[in-house]
Parts: sequence; C-alpha cells; structure tokens
Amino acid sequence: VSDKHYFQSLHRSIIATVLLVSIMPLLLLVIIVAYRFDVSYKDKTLAHLQELVLKHQQNINSFLDEKLSEVKVLSEVMHFGGEQDQQRLQKLHQALSYAHQRSFVDLGLVNSSGVLKAYAGPFKLGNANYHKADWFKAVMEKDAYISDLFLGLRGVPHFIIAVKFQGGSSPWILRATIDFVEFCRLVEDISVGRTGRAFIVNREGEYQTSSRAGLPKNAPFLPTTVSSGKGGDNKRPQVKVSQAVDPSSGAEVIFITAPLKFGEWTLVFRQDAEDAFKDLSQTIRMMTMIMLVGIGAITMMALILSRRILRRIKQADQSKEMMNEQVIEAGKLASVGELAAGIAHEINNPVAIMMEEAGWIQDLLDEGLEVDENMRETQQSLKQIHTQGTRCKEITHKLLSFARKIDPMVKSVALNELVREITALSRERARFANVRIEASLASGLPNIEASPSELQQVLLNLINNAIDAMEKEGGDLIVSTRLDGDNVLLSVEDSGMGIPKANLARLFDPFFTTKPVGKGTGLGLSIIYGIINKMGGEITVNSTVDVGTAFNIRIPQMKEENRTGETDAN
Amino acid sequence: MPTRVLLVDDEQAFVSTMAKRLGKRGLKVYTANSGQEALDLLAGGENVEVVILDVKMPGMDGIETLQAIKAGYPLLEVVMLTGHATVESAIEGMRHGAFDYLMKPCEMDVLLSKISQAQSKKAAHETKILEARAQNIALRRGD
Repeated sequence: VSDKHYFQSLHRSIIATVLLVSIMPLLLLVIIVAYRFDVSYKDKTLAHLQELVLKHQQNINSFLDEKLSEVKVLSEVMHFGGEQDQQRLQKLHQALSYAHQRSFVDLGLVNSSGVLKAYAGPFKLGNANYHKADWFKAVMEKDAYISDLFLGLRGVPHFIIAVKFQGGSSPWILRATIDFVEFCRLVEDISVGRTGRAFIVNREGEYQTSSRAGLPKNAPFLPTTVSSGKGGDNKRPQVKVSQAVDPSSGAEVIFITAPLKFGEWTLVFRQDAEDAFKDLSQTIRMMTMIMLVGIGAITMMALILSRRILRRIKQADQSKEMMNEQVIEAGKLASVGELAAGIAHEINNPVAIMMEEAGWIQDLLDEGLEVDENMRETQQSLKQIHTQGTRCKEITHKLLSFARKIDPMVKSVALNELVREITALSRERARFANVRIEASLASGLPNIEASPSELQQVLLNLINNAIDAMEKEGGDLIVSTRLDGDNVLLSVEDSGMGIPKANLARLFDPFFTTKPVGKGTGLGLSIIYGIINKMGGEITVNSTVDVGTAFNIRIPQMKEENRTGETDAN
Repeated sequence: MPTRVLLVDDEQAFVSTMAKRLGKRGLKVYTANSGQEALDLLAGGENVEVVILDVKMPGMDGIETLQAIKAGYPLLEVVMLTGHATVESAIEGMRHGAFDYLMKPCEMDVLLSKISQAQSKKAAHETKILEARAQNIALRRGD
C-alpha cells in the first residue's frame, strides 16, 4: 500500500515538475510579450488615429476659416446694398460655383431687418424673413457666424456662413450656404477599418455631418468629457482620447475628439475597440492558441513520460527486490553452509568412535569371546557405540529443530528459546575455538513478532562472526536478552579482536568483508541489518579493538492485540 | 621391538579404543587427550617414534601442537588426523612438517601402513644421522 502511495506521489511530482519547468517559462513569455505588444500596439494605433483626427481637425477648421474669410472678402469687395444686388449676386454665385464646384450652394443678401433681399441659388426662397432665425440674431451680434446644421425654410439639412457688413447706411448680411455633401466629404474620408468613422457634433450632441451606417442615430452616449471638451492632454492639447462602453451594443468604443469652430463643434472619431485592435486581438488569439496547444502537448508528454519513467522505476524496484531476496537467500545458504560444516565435523567424531569400537569388536571376535575379558570388552564397546549413537541423535535433533524453523512467515517468537537452540548448535564450534558461550537470558521476556528462520539467521550469523573474531585466542561470548520498555534487547558480545574504527561505518554495507576471498560473502551483516529493519527494530554496534565487540539489537515487543490473538489461537 | 606410537585426540573414547586396537596389533601406544598433555608426555622422556595427532582440539589445537613437537623433536614423525572440514588445516600441517594426514574415521590397515611408513622414515633418518656421526668420528680419527 505504501508502495502504491509512494509511486503515486512520485508520479505526481514528476508531472508537476515537468509542467512547472516547461509551462512556466512559456506562460511568462507569452504573457510578457502579449502585454508589451498590447501596450505598444494600442499606443501606436491610438497615436495614429489621433494624428488622423488632428489633421482633419486642421483641415476642417481651415475649410471653415477659408469659407468664412471668403465670404467676408466678398462682402467687402462686392459693395452690396444697391439696385443690382440680385444680378451681382447671381454672377458671384456662378463664379464661385465655377471655382469651388459645389462648395457654395447659394448666396443670399439679407438686410438688417432679416428680409432676404437678393438670392442666388437653386432654391426659390422668395422674400424670406429671417429676423427670428437664430443665425440672424447671432450674426447681428457677432458680425460673422457659422451656423449649426439645420433644415431651415428649404427643408434640407445645411449650414450657413453669414457675415455682417456695412452697405450704404445700414448693415447687411451676406449669407452663404455650404454644401452639406461637400462638407461631409471632409469627414467621410476618415474611415478606418470596419467601424472607424468620423462625424461632427455640436454642443447638444446633434450631428453636423451625415449620419452613416454603423453610427447611432444620436450620440447621447458620448462621454461627457467629449461634450464638455476643453483642454486634453498636454502633448496634443486639441485632441482627446477616451474609451467608453456603448450601452446599445455593450462593446468598448474608442472616441477621439477634437474641437472645431472654437469648441462649438466637436470632431469625433469613433471606432469599436475590437475593430481598432483587430490585428492585436488576432495576434493574441493566435498566441493563446499556440500556447494552449503547447501546454496540451507538454502535459501529454509529461503524462506519457512520467508513466514511462514510473514503469521503469517499478521494474527496477522489482528486480532490486528480487535481487535482495536472492542476496538474502545466498546469505542464508552461506550461513547454513557454515553450520553444515560445523555439524558434519561434530557428527564425524562420534562416527569415528563408533567405527573404532566396531573395529575393536571385530578384533575381539576374531580372537574369540571366551578369551580373557573379551566378552566384557565387547559389551563395553557396544555401550560406547550406544553412547556415541545417542550423541549423534542429539546433534541431528538439534539440527532438525533448527531446520524445522525455515518458515519465513512472521509469527510470535520466544526469543530466549531461540537463543538457547542456536547457542547449543554453536557450542561445539565454539569449543574448538576455545570460546565459552554464555547465555544470560532475562526471564519473563515477552514474545516478539518475527520470522523464526530470519531470527535464526541473525543469531547464527552474529555468533559465527563472534567466534571468528575470537578464533585465534579464544574468549567469552555472551548472548543476553532483556526487556527495555516496549523493546526486547538482544546483545551478542565477544571478547575478540574488535573492529577497527575505519570499518565500523561500512560494517553493514553489502559485500563488505575483511575475510579472505572465498571465506566470507560480506553479506551476513547487511542481511541482518535488513532483517532487523524489516522487523521495525534497530541494530547497533560497539567495538573496541583488542577488547571486543557488542552487537545490540532492539526489537519491538509484540503488540498487545496480536499477542492476545496468538494466545487465542493457541 | 614394537613401534612406539603417541595418540593425541580430545575424544577420550576414540583414543582409548584406538589404543586398544593398535595394542592388539603389537604397537606400544601412548595416549594424550590434548596437545599440552602430549608435549608433557614427550618431555617426560618417552621414546615415541610416531605421533598420531588430531587437528581439531580445544585449547592447543593440532597445528600448534605439531609446531611445538617439530620444534622440540625434529625427528619425530607426525601423522595428522582430520575430519572433512579441516583438510586445509591438514595440508597446512604438511607444510609444517607432518608426515602425512588421514581422514577420520580411517581404516585400521591404512593407519597401520602409514604408521609403519612413518616409523621407517624416522628409522632411515636416524640411521643416516648415525652414519654421518660415525663418518665424522672416522674422519676425525683419520686426521
């Protein structure tokens, strides 16, 4: 279960790492580039539009100025106020029409009481009286006036330029109507993209140019900054940029405004933001798409890659586990081999005695049982054979009880009993090495949870090592057990040559051995380490050169619930 | 004159029975249950010709005993007796001057022939030494 959990978390962390490392830079790059591009593109676009609007503002202003001054000049030079006003006006109109094509629709001469005295143009206006018209009042006040767009008497949208001049005794007004279409053309050629249009509004927000497709009927949504528009930013004092949301469509709209006619009119350029920044949004959309595809690809790669890596790791783990098992098996075989050699020798002695006795009996039989004390000798020999046979039996029984515990299953183990068995097995070997084995076992020791065969291996290995360490000079081997809190302590102490400090650190490393080639596998202690670790215990070593070595093993005692379960089972 | 053999093994029963059997075959057998005992016995002035020595003994083991014997009594021939597990130590014994080694348990005939070979080798050695001495004396006389 913990393996599965481990693999899952490993999987997750691989994926997270890959994603983080590859997506983060991509994301950052895209965001930074997009932001920078967005800012500079918008700046450029707006600057371009401002330039356009500024130019047209100047154009329109100069157009109006030009027309106004033209009318002023005409009023000065023509000396109106006489009998031939009508004819002269006609002539003038013809000349203007010729020169300016259709700029001037008509010309009219109005006297100070607002009555149209002379007229040249396509409309039949008769003796119209303008004394109530706004423009008439305005021009009487200001001498020169450019009107807003109005329908007037003719019922056609137009605006006029009126100039007051002194003709004879009373003031006269020369009035020129500007061709609406012609004027609109000034604005109409500002056409950018799909929705970028320009128009002119007066202070009340009424169109002064023809409203065209794509423009709302009126301009009530114009931001207040436009209509109240004076000032603007410092760079382009005349031109102001603002953005607002068109309430009718909900779209973001850019307004660029410039005052005309000393602020009476406003040149407004309006374009949907979406349209103005179409290229930008397309580019950003493309970048986003590419980024999303990239992220998708990276994510897929991360998934596939991590799965592949994980599979490899799992395989490696499995083979490592198998290898470990093989190593443990090999270690077990090695220690069993050592044991077997000891046992063989131990059995060999009684067998040799029995054979000698058998031979002796044969000798006696050859001589005849009746001779001397041969009968008694024979009986003695038979008794000796019996004794030695019993000795063999004991050895085989010990071996059998050892071999029976090959069960690798974890179960409740009485440590003391195990220690007694193993020390009994090792006693013969110890005797030849002049080693005295002493078992100091605490009574009432709780059982531990372990595999008996593994524990045997641990003890056998430690005792074999201890005996090896004392082989030269002999010594004492003390195997002791005691209870320490919740742990059972097992220690194997010898009075051998000790382990040099340099070797202590590597003691539990696999294949580390100080024995000559072919004598030791270097696996014993590493296997012990593994076994004790698996049991949840720990093994430590204290060693002083020429004084001895003590291996201390701490094994947790059996858990309460398991113990009762075990007792129930028994 | 019977061959004088010293039997050294820590197994009491083995030594006593073997001694009886060899005795039956006309050998004079001394016994010892440890290396030290054997050395004491030799030091006691017993005129032993061949030592049969077990390799694996508690206390002073076969090899040590062999070295001590060879140091004190170079002409004494030693036959090593070993179990399977200690062939290496028997070979080591050969290197230290043992006459030969035998696997335990061994056939009586084989043991007897080894003893007699060892005995005759020792005798040959001694004869040679005697001859050398005689020659030496003769040469001195000739001077």
